[in-house]
Order: sequence, then C-alpha cells, then structure tokens
Amino acid sequence: MSKTNTEPVTGRQGGCGQKQEYSLAELLKERGVSRRDFLKFCSTITAALALPVSFAPSIARALDEVKRPPLVWLEFQGCTGDSEALLRSANPTVGEIVLDILSVDYHETIMAAAGHQAEAALDQTIAEFKGKYFCVIEGAIPMKDGGVYGCVGGKSHLERARQVAGGAAATIAIGTCASYGGIPAAAPNPTGAVGVQEAVPGATVINLPGCPCNADNLTATVVHYLVFGKIPALDSHGRPLFAYGKRIHDNCERRPHFDAGQYVEYWGDDGHRKGFCLYKMGCKGPATFHNCPSQRYNEKVSWPVGAGHPCVGCAEPNFWDTMTPMYRRLPNVPGFGIEHTADIIGLGLAAGAAGAFAVHGALAAMRKDKEPGEDSKEG
Amino acid sequence: MSKIVVDPITRIEGHLRVEAEVSGGKVSDAWVSGTMFRGIEKILQGRDPRDAWYWTQRFCGVCTTVHSIASIRAVEDALKIKIPPNAQLIRNIIIAIQNTQDHVIHFYHLHALDWVDITSGLKADPVKTAQLAASVSDWPNNSPTYFKGVQDRIKAFVASGRLGPFANAYWGHPAYRLPPEANLMATAHYLEALEWQKEIIKIHAILGSKNPHPQTFLVGGMAIPVDPDSQNALNADKLIEIKRLLKKAQDFVEKVYIPDLLAVASFYKEWAGIGAGVGNYMCYPEFPDAAGNPWLPGGAILNRDISKVAALDQKKIAEHVAHSWYQDADQGKGLHPWEGSTEANYTGPKPPYEFLETDKKYSWVKAPRYDEKPMEVGPLSRVLVAYVSGHKETKEAVDMVLGKLGVGPEALFSTLGRTGARGIDCLLIARQAPKWLDELIGNISKGDYRIHGNEMWDPATWPAEAHGYGWHEAPRGGLGHWIKIKDQKILNYQAVVPSTWNASPRDAKGQPGPYEAALVGTPIADPEKPLEILRTIHSFDPCLACAVHVLDATGRQVVSVKAS
Repeated sequence: MSKTNTEPVTGRQGGCGQKQEYSLAELLKERGVSRRDFLKFCSTITAALALPVSFAPSIARALDEVKRPPLVWLEFQGCTGDSEALLRSANPTVGEIVLDILSVDYHETIMAAAGHQAEAALDQTIAEFKGKYFCVIEGAIPMKDGGVYGCVGGKSHLERARQVAGGAAATIAIGTCASYGGIPAAAPNPTGAVGVQEAVPGATVINLPGCPCNADNLTATVVHYLVFGKIPALDSHGRPLFAYGKRIHDNCERRPHFDAGQYVEYWGDDGHRKGFCLYKMGCKGPATFHNCPSQRYNEKVSWPVGAGHPCVGCAEPNFWDTMTPMYRRLPNVPGFGIEHTADIIGLGLAAGAAGAFAVHGALAAMRKDKEPGEDSKEG
Repeated sequence: MSKIVVDPITRIEGHLRVEAEVSGGKVSDAWVSGTMFRGIEKILQGRDPRDAWYWTQRFCGVCTTVHSIASIRAVEDALKIKIPPNAQLIRNIIIAIQNTQDHVIHFYHLHALDWVDITSGLKADPVKTAQLAASVSDWPNNSPTYFKGVQDRIKAFVASGRLGPFANAYWGHPAYRLPPEANLMATAHYLEALEWQKEIIKIHAILGSKNPHPQTFLVGGMAIPVDPDSQNALNADKLIEIKRLLKKAQDFVEKVYIPDLLAVASFYKEWAGIGAGVGNYMCYPEFPDAAGNPWLPGGAILNRDISKVAALDQKKIAEHVAHSWYQDADQGKGLHPWEGSTEANYTGPKPPYEFLETDKKYSWVKAPRYDEKPMEVGPLSRVLVAYVSGHKETKEAVDMVLGKLGVGPEALFSTLGRTGARGIDCLLIARQAPKWLDELIGNISKGDYRIHGNEMWDPATWPAEAHGYGWHEAPRGGLGHWIKIKDQKILNYQAVVPSTWNASPRDAKGQPGPYEAALVGTPIADPEKPLEILRTIHSFDPCLACAVHVLDATGRQVVSVKAS
C-alpha cells in the first residue's frame, strides 16, 4: 500500500513539536513483539475483513507506516459493554498495541485524568487533529427535552456528539445503542434515544452493531481504513459488509441439523446436548446478519448458539422490539434462501409493517402468523 | 471556601459528577450526581419475564452478569421455581470469576492511578524493583530484566510525545507517596493484569458463549448443556480448561494483587482514617449450595458496631426521590420497590451548565434507605458482615491483612479499608471457586446432566399474578431486583443496585448518601487537582449506568409488545 493511502490519519508532523514519531513496526520492535507475531495478527485481521489471504502482506506494509493516529472514544447512553469488549479483543498482545498505536486520547473508562483536565485532553485532540482523528461512540444519544437525560461536564451528549463526530475523519458507532438507539430506544423510548447517524446527520458514520460489538470487527474496521484510506462498503443499515454481509443461519455450525429437522425441544434434552438446531427455542439467526459463527468471541472460544442459547438478533436495528420475546419462534423461516441479503429481508419485514407503526407493526405482523414450529417440520 | 466540580469522574463505569465545597484544605460538604438516565425498567413493562435477564443485563456491561443473576432469581422466586444443582453450581462459578476479574480490573485499571504515579516509575532502579517485588511475592516475573523491559516500554511511550489515556493526569501531585520502585512494580502489574483479565474471563465464554454479556441465563436454570460424551456440551475438555483458568485467576490474586495491595497500602496508612462514610453496612447472602444455603452470610451492621449483625428484612427497603429528578409520588416517605412509582421529571439547569442546584433535586440516582438509614454496600460490607458473623475463611483473611498492616479492625471503616476489603473479598472467592467446580464435576460423574427444570418454562403454567424478588452480591455489593408479573407479562420491575445505595443523593430528611458522607473531611492539597476526591470515590468502585433506573407503575404499558 502506498503512503498516500494512509495520509488522512498520519499527518501528525507539525503540531507535535519535537515529539518522536514511531511507526507501528518500530513500536512493536520496541515492545518485544516478534515480526512473526505481527504477521500472524495481520493474517487474522485479513480473515476478519473477509479478504483473501494474499492481502496479509499488503496490510502488514500499510500498518508498518501508520503513526499512531488519534482516537477519541465517547460514551453516552451506554453500559460500557463495548469498552469491555475492547478489553477482551482477540490477538490480545498485538491488538492492544494497535489500539495503543491509535493514541487513545480520550476514553473515560480508562483515562488517568478526570474533570476539566480530561475535557481539556479531548478539546486539544479535536482541535489539533481536526478532520484527521477517529471518533468512536458507545451508547445512544437522548434527544428529548433538550438532551437533559445525558450530560458530561455539564454538556449534553448531543452537543458533544455534534462537536466531536462532526470534526472526525470517520466515526464508528460501536454497539447497537450507538448504531440505532438500542435498548434506551426500545418502546416507549422514554428519553428519545437515537443512534449517532440520526443525531449527527452530517457525520461519516460506520455502524458496528452487536450487544456488545465484537471487538475484532472494530479492529478490522480501523485497519480497513488505514490500509485502504476509505471506509469499508456498507449495507443499507450502515454496517460493513465484511462483518454483516451474511446471515447467521447460513453460516451456523448447527445448520445441518436445521436442514435435517433435528431440533432442541426443551433445555437440556438429548438434542440440546448433541448440538441440534435452536430454532424452536426462539433462535433469531435466520433473520440476523453478523459474522458471529465464524468470528466468535473471546479469541474464538465460543458464541451464543455454540454454547446452547438461541441468537437474539442483537446486530439488527430495533431488535429489542422486533426480535422479542426472545424465546418465540420466528415465522416462516424456511422461506428465506441463502441468496437473500439483509436489505431484501429487511424490506420484507418493512412490508409486513405497512399500515402499522414501524417497529411494533413488524412484530405484530410476525405474531399473527401461524405457529412457526409447524413450518419448521418442512425443513 | 470554594466549590469545585469534578465531571467527568473518570475510571468508573458511567457518568458521575461530584460538586464539593472545600474549606481549610478539606472537603466540608459534597454532592454526588448521576448525570445519565435511560429508563430501562419502564421499557420492561409488558414484556416477557423470561427475557428480563437479557434486558437488565444491559444496565451494565462491566458487572455484566449481575443483573442477569438477580433477574432470574426474582422470576424464580415469583414463580416458585427450583433449579437443578448443576445450574446452581454453574451460576456460582460464573459469579465467582466475574467478581475476581472485576476486583482486579478495579484495583489496577480504575483505582491504582490514584496511588501510583506511572511517571515516577521511570526513575526506578530495575534491580531494586525486582528486590522489592521478590520481598513480597514469589511471582515468576520478579526479575530485573522484566522490570527493565517494562520501564523501556514506558520510556518509549513517553518519548513518543502522545500520552494517550495517560495525558493531563495528576502526575507529580504531592499526595503521591510511593517510591519509584513501587511505582514501577505496580505499573508492570497494571500491564500484566490487562493480559490476565482477558484470559481468565474465558470461563464466561466456555460456560456462557461470550464476555461481556454472556448469553446463557435462563429462568429455571442455565442454557449450557452438560454431557461428557458430547462435543457440543460441557464435557471433560471444557471442565479442565475452566479448572486451569480458575488456577490462573487464584495465582494472580494470591501472588500479585494481594502483595501489591499490601505494599501500596503500607505507604498510605493515613487513608485508614479518611473516608469513613455513613457507618452502616449491608449485604445479602450469596453463593447458595445445591440445597440453597449460602456460603457467605447476609445482614446489616449499624453505626460501626461490630459486636452484632442484624438480620435483613426486605420489607424495610424503600427508595426516596426528594433530591432526585423524579416526580414526588412518595410524600417524602420513600416507597418499597414493589410499590415504587417514579416518573422522570428533570428540574435541573439547562445544559450546558456550570453548577447543579444542590439544594433542590440534583441527580438521576434515587436514594434507597434500609429502615430509613443510608447503607453502604460492597466488598467492605460483605467482609464485615462475614467477619462479625464468624465466617472462618473471612476471619482468617481479615486478620492476616490487618496483622500485616499493623492496624485494628476500625481501620476498615475508611477509604483504605474499602480498598483493602475488596482484595480480601477477591482472595476468598478466588480460593473458593475451584471447590464449586469440583462439586460440579462430582455431580456430573454421578450421571446428573440436568441444567434446567423445564416444568414451568411455558408461561401457560404460571399463576395469573405473581411477585418476587432476587438478591445477589455483585462485585460492587448488594443488588436486588423486584418483579410483579400479571398475565404472563411484567407489570412492574425495579432494581435497587449497589451504586444506587452508595451514590445516592440526600433523602427527604437530608441524610447524605455514602459517597457524599465519605467525602466530607477528605484533604485537598490542590483544589485544581483534586486527586484525593478520586481516591475516596474510586474506593467504592462506582458503576453509574447500573445506579440510574426508573419504573413507572402508573404509566403506559408497552401495548404493542403484548404476546398474542
């Protein structure tokens, strides 16, 4: 990759005074990380980005040239679950360093400074690196009643979001709350919570939903930007196709049991112990687009279906209203073919909502269907 | 006299603000405010009670299991559901490792920088650091090469000129007391703990699919199947991996966390006389065995009287809103969680603001009281109640720590006592967790693979109306969920959370909450850099997303979510 590609986030000279600039390669060496470990990390990232293995050397070259672009992380109406996910990210040693390389200039959960000194650190970064820093936002933004439902340093979340996301090279909405409003936006949405794109329409936003987001997808998104100099291709819900392009049901390790009509009927039964399909227990995998089955969690130890619990559809907009009750079966699942994308299925749900108010209409429409267990027997 | 504001309080979960009056170099009065509100309990109304654990889990992603546990216990209590022994033991292991990981992260990543000056560690002699480390522990990393490596990494980081999350802190503040070698040792373990926490919490992924937010809890049991002859269930392979990780957890607590805690505390003994707080301590019983008997006792200690423990009565819990941004439905009396009626009603200044109106309403956190008294909850309360109750393991651990520091039990009523008790709590639980695993393995060996009762899974089997509560000792203290169920749906839901107790504002009688009371008397060397305020506040391990919640007993139902 050429240097030009990384320029938007590496233009650090000037403004830094006499500070030394370290590239990732230099810092890794400094920290005793072997070249071999680094290349292994690049291969993992390549896989997460759903790129051919041959891209790994290009990614390694591009990362070698990166010089700690700044990142500021704001939390609004969130639960810190996405920050915690970041702490558990895969490839711990190198992943940690990559995030360190990003110069995390503001993150309330980990930063040493507090009060106005913390605010000053944020102000300095967004002024000094205007148009060049990354912004990550965790949590929803309450719009009702002048934003009184969320304040930091006496300023409303909305005011801070506009100020910080507005000046960022790109903003990553991490988790379902920042992406679409999430749990605080569930009916009756007491605080008027919305996602970042809705609150700051002018910002360049990448949605990484999930509850919490899989930190591997965050790392991969940042790397994608550093390597290719642009944000990844997104679907109509603003999600990168590399992570949200395929339906869980189509990549699920238990899919053969679905096709064979082998289902868990109750908790702890023979089928549950043998890893049969969880569809009848309410699995939302057939309506959810996310790379959980391949990427898994905690360094690929497991994922919900793998550990015997149904998928709840947490990467889908408004899943809190459209995918609940959690243990209710989805209707008409065998009708969805593998060629369907999130957009097509999303349209299908939207059509079901016609005549009703959007989110709950979709749910009601689902529930009017016959008991889906009957359908499943056809599968 | 001057009024200072610390907002945001960083290195906590959530959004917390402190306003404090400083007079004669000390805090003379303090007001604590939670500045974010979501209203999840209101959102819960009308939904399936079996889903509540998943919703309430999102109160907080740091203490990511605790609301799930309290929620399923509340529903099980309401519906009189008994769970199989395997489910009980799996829950205990999940709770134990959550507690262990949470306490270590708190000590190193959220609290340590109040006592440890990272920049001072750059001046340390790695050989002397290794000697210091070896004098307190036989941890294998105690070598001069190791500490030199850490020091070089920090030097390179500082030389880059971008301090990232360590910029603008109170480095060089006169209240920092550790010698450079102790600072370097703690900094090295800060980095080591960061790696360690990712590993040991994989127990949650094995038992519950992922962390944070493990997805495995069920009303009536757990979702992880047990079968030694299946590759899709909890089998020997996975059980042995859990055993290895529990050992790794225990080793780090015994050989790094506790020695570091004692070493740091020995330089800050005056903090055993600062930050006493309200003096009332409460905890719930926890870690039930297969028969439901708790390993740790519950109870209350009042007015620092450690001669006796009072038994708890859940009916004596009430929440006040006199100084919280909710409509006053309680006529100043406070309401029991089952009867709670609160409606968001922000009356504070319009943002952006400089000061809150602390003589009126000033927080989204409510003020829970037990028998009208403010209560401190958390590891200190847990340890005190167990100590006074004569719990053998607790007594031994407390006496060991007090003996090493050369102080009496009264030293526990303080900022340092709170921080020390968290270490004791962590040590006790990390040592106990392998025993629950052994019990689980023993049970499976006998051919018991049950993880769920199933009898009352179908809501059609439920009574038309039911109510119940679930208690849990979360890392940050006593957590209670109260639920009312009607026609298979949630009618009312209320969580009274550890940080709601501790971060509570004043009540109708003007009694301050535990943070507020503990801040009074805290010395302030430099009002521009109120490091000492962070010490006392962090000693409670605040978790504000948990603390703020509301339900609306009179409000709208989520009609469109009614099951057909």
